[in-house]
Amino acid sequence: MRHLLTTQTLPRDAAIAILDTAEDMAAVSGREVKKLPTLRGRTVVNLFVEDSTRTRISFEVAAKRLSADVINFSAKGSSLSKGESLKDTARTLHAMGADGVVIRHPASGAPHTLAHAGWIDAGVVNAGDGAHEHPTQALLDAFTIRRRLHGEASRGQGLDGVTVTIVGDVLHSRVARSNLWLLRTLGAEVRFVAPATLLPYGTASWPVTVGVDLDAAIADGPDVLMMLRIQHERMHAAYFPSEREYARQWGLTDARLARLPARTMVMHPGPMNRGLEISAAAADSPQSTVLDQVANGVSVRMSVLYHLLATGEAS
Amino acid sequence: MKKGVPLVVHGNVVLQADDIRRALKRIAHEIVESSKGSSDLVLLGIPTRGAILATRLAATLESIEPGCASVGTLDVTMYRDDLGRQPTRATHPTSIPDGGIDGKTVVLVDDVLMSGRTIRAALDAVAAIGRPKAVRLAVLVDRGHRELPIRADFVGKNLPSATSERIHVRLHEIDGNEEVAIQ
Repeated sequence: MRHLLTTQTLPRDAAIAILDTAEDMAAVSGREVKKLPTLRGRTVVNLFVEDSTRTRISFEVAAKRLSADVINFSAKGSSLSKGESLKDTARTLHAMGADGVVIRHPASGAPHTLAHAGWIDAGVVNAGDGAHEHPTQALLDAFTIRRRLHGEASRGQGLDGVTVTIVGDVLHSRVARSNLWLLRTLGAEVRFVAPATLLPYGTASWPVTVGVDLDAAIADGPDVLMMLRIQHERMHAAYFPSEREYARQWGLTDARLARLPARTMVMHPGPMNRGLEISAAAADSPQSTVLDQVANGVSVRMSVLYHLLATGEAS
Repeated sequence: MKKGVPLVVHGNVVLQADDIRRALKRIAHEIVESSKGSSDLVLLGIPTRGAILATRLAATLESIEPGCASVGTLDVTMYRDDLGRQPTRATHPTSIPDGGIDGKTVVLVDDVLMSGRTIRAALDAVAAIGRPKAVRLAVLVDRGHRELPIRADFVGKNLPSATSERIHVRLHEIDGNEEVAIQ
């Protein structure tokens, strides 16, 4: 594997291999010396054209635990804010000898362009591009689900027959898209529940069932309930009348939490809007996997960097 | 032949099931003898076949001197020096016995010793986990061609071979049959 740009074309065996390696990486995080020499001498650039804290830190920790040198490059306070093009930035990184580039960009497809335009020969990891994809988030979500379901026996397992309901702003959500493709590849059944205004055009042709009624979805007792963040920064139109109305119709309230089966995992990619899409009680309940997701994020990203960078042609 | 079991050539098979069993039993006795009765042995098998051999050795040790050894597995993939030269290697779980390895005598167990690079990686992996009193090496087959100054303390069979030949260790647990073959 050269780049990780999308989960749509990620084969099942490759996805499971990444999750299995992540199991071994998670074990390293529990040791006293939380460091492996695997990527010593390699340089990983975090190119974050769009703001992010947790994803950038997660990638940074992952790369450092593998002994790579990490360069953080963010939009603010860099040549990007002076209007430098992606091409010139890429060529600069190439000249500096970057082995891997982790890119987050507001434009869908920017990582693809970076990987295939011939500006740079580094491995490219998509860390979120516009409303397109966020593959490592989907991988860490799948990893979290697999661990909760299978525990120590997770290795080699898919998610066959697991039912996952994704609720909220699917329209702007790259997390929802990446999760849909990956979860389907791993054998899970996915359902979207969202206001009609927050469903993207064309979901009818996706391998997903779509609903509007959260209470009906909860009554079906899904294995996983994934709440998406209401992205205020992308709410440039009146997608719903008010936040209170949204919370009442599509928020995971205390009352809905009480009706949820005890085995149902409550997931959220973070950062959470408490009281809007998820109540405080739901976010902090034992069913919530929010903190597991953060911890697993480092292991999964270590695994992705390992699969992309600790490899070469057979000599 | 001072060390090792008699060579029984059966096609290209150099060790048969009984030979492997006897070799492991002798290695177990040698480990007990060299440990001089201390009970702080930790056997760490290197996946995949080294881990199986370590488990078998531990069982034999238990029958010779109960309680003298604990067993775990040590994946060395992340410590290898050839990761950039070949397709991605799958990793394996590492499991260290509850007591850890600090102050213990660690015996690394692998199936075939050749260049010594796997053992070099294993030594780094051990150092990342703790500080053992001593590290020893037990291998089923030593086929020479060392590229590093590393030697085994316990050897099942010395098998001088040409670099063009391949040694296949097959064990019941994963291969279905039990033999060491040369090709």
